[in-house]
Amino acid sequence: MEILLAVTVGMLYAAGMYMILRRSLVKLIIGIILLGNGANLLIFILGRITKGQPPIIPDAHKFFTEAYADPVPQALILTAIVISFGLQSFAIVLIKRAYKVVGTDDLDEMNATDEEI
Amino acid sequence: MIQHIIILPIINQLFIAVLLMFFYGRAKAQRFITVVGSALNLLIAATLMHRVASEGIISMQAGNWDAPFGITLIADHLAAVLVLLTSISGFAVSLFSVRTIHVKRVNFGFFPIFHFLLAGLNGAFLTGDLFNLYVWFEIMIISSFVMITLGGRKAQIEGAVKYFTLNILASVIFLTAIGVLYGITGTLNMADLALKVPVIENRGTVHVTAILFLIGFGIKSAVFPLYFWLPASYHTPPAAVSAIFGGLLTKVGVYALIRVFTLIFIDDLFLERMLLGIAVLTIISGGMGALIKNDIRKIFSYFIICHIGFMIGGLGIMTQTAIAGAMFYLIHDIIVKTNIFMVAGLVKKLTGRQDTRLLGGLYSTHPLLSLLMMIPLFSLVGVPPLSGFWPKIWLFEAALDGGFYFTFAAILFGSFITLFVVAKMWKRVFWGKPLKPDSLGFALFDDEQPGAKFKFLLPIILLSVVSLYIGLGAEHIGNLSQTVAGELTNPQGYIEAVFGNVNLQPYED
Repeated sequence: MEILLAVTVGMLYAAGMYMILRRSLVKLIIGIILLGNGANLLIFILGRITKGQPPIIPDAHKFFTEAYADPVPQALILTAIVISFGLQSFAIVLIKRAYKVVGTDDLDEMNATDEEI
Repeated sequence: MIQHIIILPIINQLFIAVLLMFFYGRAKAQRFITVVGSALNLLIAATLMHRVASEGIISMQAGNWDAPFGITLIADHLAAVLVLLTSISGFAVSLFSVRTIHVKRVNFGFFPIFHFLLAGLNGAFLTGDLFNLYVWFEIMIISSFVMITLGGRKAQIEGAVKYFTLNILASVIFLTAIGVLYGITGTLNMADLALKVPVIENRGTVHVTAILFLIGFGIKSAVFPLYFWLPASYHTPPAAVSAIFGGLLTKVGVYALIRVFTLIFIDDLFLERMLLGIAVLTIISGGMGALIKNDIRKIFSYFIICHIGFMIGGLGIMTQTAIAGAMFYLIHDIIVKTNIFMVAGLVKKLTGRQDTRLLGGLYSTHPLLSLLMMIPLFSLVGVPPLSGFWPKIWLFEAALDGGFYFTFAAILFGSFITLFVVAKMWKRVFWGKPLKPDSLGFALFDDEQPGAKFKFLLPIILLSVVSLYIGLGAEHIGNLSQTVAGELTNPQGYIEAVFGNVNLQPYED
């Protein structure tokens, strides 16, 4: 399971980077979304995957006796998902606006602010 | 209860932001509330600074969850100073926005977003938890996205696309770094990390994580070679927005670098050398960029980059004198960068132009105003005894003591190039023949009522006075910087403050 997830994370990062480097605005957003998902999955794996062990101490013990599923990464991912959801919806509105105002979705043509003055 | 003052700067800004939303579409009421709220925040920040100065580091555990399990809020000297500077800049910019932000932008919610941005800044400075730092960063950047796009002119939107992409990328890299660090240490509390990271055996993973943090914060603080988004976007929004961005947003990146590389990833020779290399290249490329630009705000944008290099250089040398120098520079830089972008706004208001080649003769038409604008510009250069001069002495001293001649030469080069560019700008804008102002659909400064003129100038005067104080009262600021540097180079006090007030009662069975 870990191997599979690790490969998935790698692929998501690679695909996200590749898409960000493309010239089209829409592909840029897709790249950002893929990168965000990759980061979330990465936190999930790095929190160690433990199946069927809820983080609850049994009545008879005072501390954990076995490996347990760490709840912190899940809380982190939840927060990160909400944040990236907000950012992505902003991004989509922004590119729509950019397409309307600038009249192109080609990033190479959006260079008015870099021009020499 | 007494340590709850830490959370007040954050809560106050959030409260004002929410309150402002109830006055949606009522520009006059919003302008009043924002000024009063910012003044209140200044008061709170000054109290916090006073408390930290007299009682030492204050910390608080949110929800009474003991460290390292809950979120820690902590105000050491570094955080308290930065919160105070944020409040001063925030107050000045809110005064400035009253006159300069068009009523249409106000009606689209400029002021609530402005206060959310300040809440994010205060939170980032005060938190003692890495993931919480990420959350405050996100609050900050999403507010800055709205502020940079508000108005929706073509240049703004184009700049925003670049600003947006690079900042999101920085956040993803930062989040990745947090994930890896949690994977290898199992904690996110910065004080706990300071104890756990140095004893990890797998140094390779630690190095990679440190580099990830360096890249993430490096994009945010606009260091070489990650700065290209900054000059492409900072000159597009209104002057008030540029002022708060230029004064504070990149400095949060610098703060995060200082915090992470003095507390968590310490004694790492490779990283220190890398920081120095980055600093040298940042100073040179920022200086060169300022040299060839003609738009006032673009020149200032490159100055931001150039001067970030001074602070990164101080951090890279990593001795107490160097960090004190970097800290002093940070204090000076926040005030002066906020001020010069407001000065750029004033020049535009006076003449309707931004291109230095099309300006001239301001000194002959407005001698007093020119003298006022001289203060921030010359502070920026560091003409003795103004504020930019003193920190450089420490930076030079530290660089020579440690034998870092390249850093020494780069800082010298950066200072000269700043002097040269400001002198060139002074010649073009203030000397020469006066040109006819070119009004682009807004009332020029000379046509305004005296009261309105005064309101426009008040924030610039305010920050110039603060700048003068930093320069002329350099002894106080110097002592403060030394205290900060002492705390940073010896983080034991910080760690004890986090774990010290842990409730050590045994759990009842």
